[in-house]
Amino acid sequence: MTASPETGAAAGPRTGGPRRPRPLRGGAPLPLLVPALIGLAFLVLPLVALLVRAPWTSMPELLTSTEVWQALRLSLICATAATAVSMVIGVPLAWLLARVEFPGRGLVRALVTLPLVLPPVVGGVALLMALGRNGVVGRWLDSWFGLTLPFTTTGVVLAEAFVAMPFLVISVEGTLRAADPRYEEAATTLGASRFTAFRRVTLPLIAPGIAAGAVLAWARALGEFGATITFAGNFPGRTQTMPLAVYLALQSDPEAAVALSLVLLAVSIAVLAGLRDRWMTAS
Amino acid sequence: MTDTEKNERPPAEKTPGPGTGVPAAGGLDARLVVERGAFRLDVTLSAAPGDVVALLGPNGAGKTTALRALAGLVPLSGGHLRLDGVELDRTPPESRPVGVVFQDYLLFPHLTALDNVAFGPRCRGASRARSRAQAAAWLERLGLAAHAAAKPRRLSGGQAQRVALARALATHPRLLLLDEPLAALDARTRLDVRAQLRRHLADFEAVAVLVTHDPLDAMVLADHLVVVEDGHVVQEGAPSHIARRPRTDYIAHLVGLNLYRGQAAGHTVRLDDGPVITTAEDLTGPAFVAFPPSAVTLHRDRPTGTSARNLWRCEVAGLETHGDRIRADLTGELPLAADLTTVAAAELDLHPGAAVWATVKATQTHAYHD
Repeated sequence: MTASPETGAAAGPRTGGPRRPRPLRGGAPLPLLVPALIGLAFLVLPLVALLVRAPWTSMPELLTSTEVWQALRLSLICATAATAVSMVIGVPLAWLLARVEFPGRGLVRALVTLPLVLPPVVGGVALLMALGRNGVVGRWLDSWFGLTLPFTTTGVVLAEAFVAMPFLVISVEGTLRAADPRYEEAATTLGASRFTAFRRVTLPLIAPGIAAGAVLAWARALGEFGATITFAGNFPGRTQTMPLAVYLALQSDPEAAVALSLVLLAVSIAVLAGLRDRWMTAS
Repeated sequence: MTDTEKNERPPAEKTPGPGTGVPAAGGLDARLVVERGAFRLDVTLSAAPGDVVALLGPNGAGKTTALRALAGLVPLSGGHLRLDGVELDRTPPESRPVGVVFQDYLLFPHLTALDNVAFGPRCRGASRARSRAQAAAWLERLGLAAHAAAKPRRLSGGQAQRVALARALATHPRLLLLDEPLAALDARTRLDVRAQLRRHLADFEAVAVLVTHDPLDAMVLADHLVVVEDGHVVQEGAPSHIARRPRTDYIAHLVGLNLYRGQAAGHTVRLDDGPVITTAEDLTGPAFVAFPPSAVTLHRDRPTGTSARNLWRCEVAGLETHGDRIRADLTGELPLAADLTTVAAAELDLHPGAAVWATVKATQTHAYHD
């Protein structure tokens, strides 16, 4: 930069991020660099292959077929409904875990986290045992209210919520723990009941955490396969979501499977872009 | 110490205790006992409406715990709490006629200044429109009308403090609690805000209790000091009384501050009993001047080439060691305390009865409105 009049005034700030420590230049040792690059390739290559093999010419035709639209619509509706269910019961659960001391809290948290690591198929079988027609609770739902959950669209929502809700609970609980509980105290000294304090002070304060948790849960619900196919089956238009449609298409029409996969990939990238500020800039 | 001095104005409204048989005396009457592990707080507090009481003490003395117990945020293990004759021991915080200004204000970050202040009236049953109207009136009264729509993060420290005060006052508390009300402010803002807070507390018709570890804040803001150490009251009384006769090292250290009151005119403050102090600040009217003993320089002979604007002839009344320093107690034109190093004290050959000249630079004094 030469002595242009502006440089004097704007001395200092470099283009780009402010005050971010610069990473060390050069000198990454080979024993780290090689596996790192292999790891990167391992993660990126399949996605690139998906793009390479995509039937770009027949794409419009494939994506406008009724079945695809049906599956996509059902997926979006069910994932959104599952997220809504997770929020309505998951946020209070997160609050309970974060703010109330009770015996066995650690155990309860472990139980809430379990669906995160449980194979989804097992979750589906468990849901059948609980809510199936002959299930522990399902039999009463059936005989008292005539309610049948398995192999219905509601069943899809439940299966997805079962798998996705822990993501929301964990995210919201973390945000609640980071939030200053003294705001709730300040609200009580102003005459707010504990519930009013939660509704008018805590909830707005943790809204970003709830939003992030909801997006994570939604993305997880959208991709849900194992629990859904086990508990809700695979009926086009009723319980066949996108992942099930992809799997089915792969056996009859691989090109269609690739096209459908690309749609899900696009949705995932959109979600990641939406969360960019929250997760990607973590230092 | 009986200091429930007669208040000229009777309490605005007396709420008789419900069948307690206790006369409906206005004000605060409390014995706060809180046990937490090995720590035990046992503090007795009483104050008439209009009084400002300061709980003064080192960190960990239990001041904030006492405040939280008054607000109902910490349950009492024993004792009692009566406000205007009403028992509050078992009343949950949201039902107590108590307002709190928290140390870092805890303004709700998602609400505007106006909605922060309207929060209390709204929770206590006022309609949305009415609570906002009340909030606007409070902001107006505290000179914040222009900032009603601002979110807390856009407010300066002093403004945030006044919004917090407005928020606490908007519920018409019979007991106002302030936790380190000035601690979050930088030194410059502090002087202004302290003077403003003093005026607002003087206007407040019910009991105010503030917690601070800053003796200057306590002396300027309160009419009654309660010094708490390790969960117990070690001394209480009027600030001047405590300043004259400290009973523990902590208080002696605390009041190690020269504080004077007088009439300011420009850069000078004429004290009520004669001497004049030159100050850095430009004020008129009743004012305080304060400076620490370390700001005082002593000379055996009248100094000639000094740039210090304040020069007084004094006599050493007493000498005391404070850690590695010597505290000289001086009488004469102006009673004051001076700190000097042991070496300096030896060089000056200080002893009780010695005549000395004391100088203080105007820039080392703080003057502010009464």
